[in-house]
Amino acid sequence: METILFLAHTETDGSLGKPALEALGAAKALSDALAGSPLVVGLFGADVQSAAAAVATCGATKILAVAGADFAASRYATDAAAAEALAKTAGATLVIAAGTSRLLRCLPGVAARLGGRANTHVTGLAAGEGKVTVNRWYYRQRMEGAFTRVQRPWFIVLDPGSQPAWQGAPGHATVETVAVTLPDSAKRTTVAGFREPAADAQTIRPDAALLFVAGAGWTKKQADGQTHVPDAEKLIREFLQLTRASLGSSKSLVDLGGEGQAVLSFLSHLNQIGQTGATPRHPRGLSACCHGEEPHTVGWRFVNERRAISLDPNCGWARGKADVLYVADAFAVMAKVNELLKSAAGA
Amino acid sequence: MSLAYQIVVCGSIVPDPLQTLEPVTGPAGPALKNEMMLPAWLDPWAAHALFEGAHLAKAHPGSKLTLVSLSPKAKLQQVMMTVAQKVPFELVALDGPANGFTDSAETAAALADAIQSLAGRDPARLLVFGGWESASRGAGTTLQVIAERLGIADVFLGVDSLKVAGDGSLEILERVEGGKHQVSRCAGPPAVLGWATGSLPEPKNNPQVGMLNMRGVMPALQKAKPVKIAAEGMAFASVNVPKQLRETRIVKDASPEQIAAEIVQWIKS
Repeated sequence: METILFLAHTETDGSLGKPALEALGAAKALSDALAGSPLVVGLFGADVQSAAAAVATCGATKILAVAGADFAASRYATDAAAAEALAKTAGATLVIAAGTSRLLRCLPGVAARLGGRANTHVTGLAAGEGKVTVNRWYYRQRMEGAFTRVQRPWFIVLDPGSQPAWQGAPGHATVETVAVTLPDSAKRTTVAGFREPAADAQTIRPDAALLFVAGAGWTKKQADGQTHVPDAEKLIREFLQLTRASLGSSKSLVDLGGEGQAVLSFLSHLNQIGQTGATPRHPRGLSACCHGEEPHTVGWRFVNERRAISLDPNCGWARGKADVLYVADAFAVMAKVNELLKSAAGA
Repeated sequence: MSLAYQIVVCGSIVPDPLQTLEPVTGPAGPALKNEMMLPAWLDPWAAHALFEGAHLAKAHPGSKLTLVSLSPKAKLQQVMMTVAQKVPFELVALDGPANGFTDSAETAAALADAIQSLAGRDPARLLVFGGWESASRGAGTTLQVIAERLGIADVFLGVDSLKVAGDGSLEILERVEGGKHQVSRCAGPPAVLGWATGSLPEPKNNPQVGMLNMRGVMPALQKAKPVKIAAEGMAFASVNVPKQLRETRIVKDASPEQIAAEIVQWIKS
């Protein structure tokens, strides 16, 4: 028997994000699968009332909250204090949370503080014979392990996009407030805001249906013996505007900037996918001018449907990894794709 | 206000990512096949942390950069042949396993103990750096546990920039969702920073730096303290390399118009 705490922070508008609802779905399923294991909801943020109402019908035995202005911003010391108080008050043995940047930062520390353990980037969660088994990836998504552990509390932090989201009607929530007294040392850091590209220049869209992966081939000499980086930039930017796709990039393309070569101006290390980048989850992925063997292809490990454009029919990035490989000049194809998308948008 | 920092970078080694990795089950649980034979690198994000640490130390005279590494010392010695040529640092070596299946809590405990044992440790000047995730375990959990064990209340993860303001406070940019950076201001050390890519290119090899470093590296390796790291309390049911070979349909000899039409139809379906 376990006591399962679903732990989440509110978003700036007071709601719960999709990753949180996915974690709630997993926590609820675990509670149902482990006989006699109650589900407790623990929320923290500036104001948790609307978030509590949104999950009021999830079957939790109680809803605990740490709320106040000090808990509005994402800050290790205050987030950890809130999570610690909620886990202690709930008497949690299992804590299920979403792998948001905020929780990934604080929960491993909280687990250590409580004498427990944390496992992050969990992609699968199952209960059988009274045991909880989690799945996660190792060596940058190159091998998958499944394991159990005996330490409690066990903080299980789920990768966003790996679980179905909990769905249920909102209801009336009775929230038990948990008081947290913060020492001055918890406020040595202040959050000054966020820095991001202008809205029309933002190319990372985690919720996009399509991931477009640009490879270093875009900056190489083309059939006429010349590079065409400005043309590549125009084509890609136009495609992203027309499809609202998210942009991923190979490391080699991003690194070219640091080596003084002409690169796509809107790319940064944040776009990088693969061994030393992200492994985003999107329903579809289209790559163009990407090359490389197995280690580099982990960047689209979690993309369901994959298509690639490459001049090399034996390209290790695509062959055996993509569903369709178009052996063609990406410049010519993407120009036509954009034409069709524009005419469809105008129709 | 210029402060001389004590910058401690925690970083281990990982197999060259171009190598074929195959899991095997050993007496202590999962491991990599021929692990000791695989060429190794300093963990990529830890390497960024080391370069950022060196940059900060150079900008603040009197600062000291220490690399604390928990790795099999024979492999660490090989890796140091290259890394030691990059930037000046002092090495504290711990001899133990570095594979991804070990438990980060145990690794963190050993690293925290090593940091606590550093001569002249001064929390008012201490900045603990590391990669925000390793390329082996890929968990991003070690640094927070170190922070808890050292009593450090300010932790940052996915750091791409650190600037020291005139009053000694730290402006830190951390990666958050949606391609944004959160901007935080921390009063100053002590703090723990898990670096993402940062903004510095990899320094070129400098044999003079290498020679200076190796004077300390070899003795550090010789007196590397053995550390028992396992995965106490964890029981692996399986570790597998996924079979994800897809039946790729290869479209040759189609015109750009035909391919474009198919792609657009697929995107819109």
